[in-house]
Amino acid sequence: MSDSLLTTVDLRCERDGRTLFADLQIKLGRGECLVVVGPNGSGKSTLLRCVAGLFPDYEGAVEITRALYLGHKLGINLLLTARENLHWYEGLTGQASLVSEVLERVGMAGYEHVVCQRLSAGQQRRVGLARLLICNASMWLLDEPLTALDEAGQGLVTGLISDHLATGGGVFCATHQPLAVAVTQTLELGGRQ
Amino acid sequence: MALRLFWIQFHRELVSVARSKEEALNPLLFMFLAISLFALATGGDPKTLQTFAPTIIWVLVLLANMLSLEGLFRRDYEDGTLEQLVLLAEPGFVPVLAKIAAQWCFSGLAMTLLAPVAGLILFLPSTILPTLMITLILGTPALSLLGAVGAALTVGLRRGGVLLAILVLPLYVPILIFGVSAIMQQGNGITTDAQIYWLMAITMISITIAPLLVHAALRISVEQ
Repeated sequence: MSDSLLTTVDLRCERDGRTLFADLQIKLGRGECLVVVGPNGSGKSTLLRCVAGLFPDYEGAVEITRALYLGHKLGINLLLTARENLHWYEGLTGQASLVSEVLERVGMAGYEHVVCQRLSAGQQRRVGLARLLICNASMWLLDEPLTALDEAGQGLVTGLISDHLATGGGVFCATHQPLAVAVTQTLELGGRQ
Repeated sequence: MALRLFWIQFHRELVSVARSKEEALNPLLFMFLAISLFALATGGDPKTLQTFAPTIIWVLVLLANMLSLEGLFRRDYEDGTLEQLVLLAEPGFVPVLAKIAAQWCFSGLAMTLLAPVAGLILFLPSTILPTLMITLILGTPALSLLGAVGAALTVGLRRGGVLLAILVLPLYVPILIFGVSAIMQQGNGITTDAQIYWLMAITMISITIAPLLVHAALRISVEQ
């Protein structure tokens, strides 16, 4: 069994006549964290979507294990409560976990039965983050995981990432803010090319 | 496993509908408003209304169903749950089928149950009402299933309404023809077995193929 969770070979993507990235070789093993940085519009999200299998318009090859994708869209239904959303997500991933414990971990204890529409942006984000604790994918693809979160929330995200890395998972994360975890590789997109 | 996936998705849809009732009631409201307009416009002449009642009911069921289909995947597309569904659900057509089934409960099934009322407003003889209900309950699942393919293809577009109609209405035509002609023939005392079998066949084919097509179409829609 190969230890590589994510491998890309000669990944290249063009969008609207601009080359976002070319000849990209990524190799990410267990316990490794790759952070991709770059100005707005440099292709961070597109790269993550390529890798996640949500953007087919690229050249090259991507090989990835079962992955969890946390994008700009939260992936929670605002008409449902936090608990109902996570219950649905459990069904989707085929996992069984203790939803109340998961919600407590992301600091949403006491809000289990509130319809997500009534929660603040940061709280909705936290419900979205709870997905990280439910899905047992070894590869995490995170697009701006710190958006809309307060300091405690950001600490929560870095804590989750550290734990995941410590248990042999891999993290591929696009971010503008510095991430307070042991970053193994940094990839810079766009800018001065 | 697949069954559990179906029920979880089905339950989720029902809860969503329960929290946004007006969305679910709109198509039914539209159907009954339009039917009363027909009744008013003909001056309440029973003979004319009776002749056209099957056509009016079926056409309105068709349009009302399309109205509710437009929103079938819209919310999920916008909040990102559709991405998760496409990426994670295994097999992916199961939750898709559950979504369509839930949509049908609030369109086709509800319209079938209310059809006798519509029939009475339009002076349809009560002996024909059972046939009306049978054609509706056999034909409307196909409407939802085929329409969902169009809805899945157009969900990524800002204003997909007209395109959805152009895509889907031609597929609805056979169902409309068999549905109406069954009721007409029943009125003339001719056996309606052929039309009923045709409606069943169309629904069976749709339920076999449509969920797979919808899943493929959704994948195309979220890949951007």
